[in-house]
Amino acid sequence: MPQTAMGTLKAEVKDLNFYYGNYQALKSINLPVADKQITALIGPSGCGKSTFLRCFNRMHDLYAGNRYEGEIGLHPDGVNILNPKIDPIEVRMRIGMVFQKPNPFPKSIYENVAYGLRVRGVNKRRILDEKVEQALRGAALWNEVKDRLNNLAFNLSGGQQQRLCIARALATDPEIILFDEPTSALDPIATASIEELIAELKEQVTILIVTHNMQQAARVSSYTAFMHLGEVVEFGETGGIFTNPSKKQTEDYITGRYG
Amino acid sequence: MTPDASRFAHRRLRHLRERFIEFLLFLAALSSVAITVAIMVILVRESLGFFEHVSLVDFLTDTQWTPLFDDAHYGIMPLVSGTLVTASVALAVAIPLGTIIAIYLSEFAPHRLREIIKPVLELLDGIPTVVYGFFALLFVTPLLQYFFPDLPGFNMLSAGLVMGVMIIPYVSSISEDAMRAVPMHIREGSYAMGATRFQTALRVVTPAAFSGIAAAYILGISRAIGETMVVAVAAGMQPNLTWNPMEPAATITTYIVQVSLGDLPHGSLGYQTIFAAGLVLLLMTLFFNIAGHLLRKRFREVY
Repeated sequence: MPQTAMGTLKAEVKDLNFYYGNYQALKSINLPVADKQITALIGPSGCGKSTFLRCFNRMHDLYAGNRYEGEIGLHPDGVNILNPKIDPIEVRMRIGMVFQKPNPFPKSIYENVAYGLRVRGVNKRRILDEKVEQALRGAALWNEVKDRLNNLAFNLSGGQQQRLCIARALATDPEIILFDEPTSALDPIATASIEELIAELKEQVTILIVTHNMQQAARVSSYTAFMHLGEVVEFGETGGIFTNPSKKQTEDYITGRYG
Repeated sequence: MTPDASRFAHRRLRHLRERFIEFLLFLAALSSVAITVAIMVILVRESLGFFEHVSLVDFLTDTQWTPLFDDAHYGIMPLVSGTLVTASVALAVAIPLGTIIAIYLSEFAPHRLREIIKPVLELLDGIPTVVYGFFALLFVTPLLQYFFPDLPGFNMLSAGLVMGVMIIPYVSSISEDAMRAVPMHIREGSYAMGATRFQTALRVVTPAAFSGIAAAYILGISRAIGETMVVAVAAGMQPNLTWNPMEPAATITTYIVQVSLGDLPHGSLGYQTIFAAGLVLLLMTLFFNIAGHLLRKRFREVY
């Protein structure tokens, strides 16, 4: 994996353009993603941060008329995961995602976490049991649900459901987890616990997080990219971006002049 | 009254008109309830007359249904078996095919293709059932006889198969609506885990839409049990206690049609058999509707 001043890189975005039909949503984006660090994407609504995040697991392939240009190189192999020859399913096997609204499946807590493993053909009960427990512990949910693993996931609270979704993503040992405004549907207490969890997860996995909440970006991330109108306006260490932004636009946004 | 206050006074005319409209709407709603109740009352009353002459035990255990013969037997089982066999054959066709079609249309078919297939499927529903009946009798039965030379001209297999095709749009259309109602973010959750389209359809969308799909099945079952024309034309009119679809047999509906078209004297026992048979039919569909309702409550979607 390439070494830079930022340390080891997990991924590198080079000249990424993205189009919804004829509409260009992302414009020549360049961004390094540090390995086992948290990179936050901030910016006003409609700036393209979620669109950008969803390029990393080729989510846009699900809908007709979407088109990528440029590269997202995934290390250590350095392959461009946007290459049409690369199977998006293989990409999603390595890059997990947690969504804005908790979206557990209509299954038991256990089966929700086991889903990714079952999809990969793992059906041995012993392995599943072990992985499910490990993932639930990783998502700080094990103690709350260990006695009711067979209950329907919908019966959990919103914050618990979101931690379940994190456990679901963790169960398959992804290399990167994408968080798309993971706390925007949660109350402050649940938000705090999710943030704490995300901060712990960087020990084991590279994290990209889209957030509307600048304090959240400041609290959890090591690097921050400020996006506006489909472009990355400024990128750097989170501390620098928030205390000493070099661009006027960034400063205006983080000081609350718009957004 | 000051001019200002009068602006907020009740408009008597508007108020009356609203009440009148509300009353009309109430009458419309009431009529459906009233008709249902009236049907129930008549069915039960006439059946009571029937059960004064025939014991419930005979009705349920006698293996012959010959109410119009001199040696009259009043065992409903031959008609029930005919009804269940034809309905089962129909459902064996409609449930798998309807579900597969629904999954395909909801999860796989490109938008333009779906816009073509859906109306065509719903057209199946617009074909008069008597047309399905003679299609079964004059086309499907000879076709089946090519494979099974011993198959009689009237048989439950042919009627059931055609009835199954007839019910497909019910099952597929409602199932598809239920699947399409599953929010996209749940599907995306599955795709994001690396699931294929098929895995997502089978493991996430179908269970999420299960209550709607169950409702579609129940509707299909009710339809199959209540269907008249196809079985009357293609399955024969002879009550026959058998579970073999290769044989001819009458269903409850067939019997009712056959007898109510005849010239039975009003109030006779033969006349009352129609109501007893109708009551059994009603109870059967009621049973499935209640089962469906419970299923829906048990598995109602929570997204």
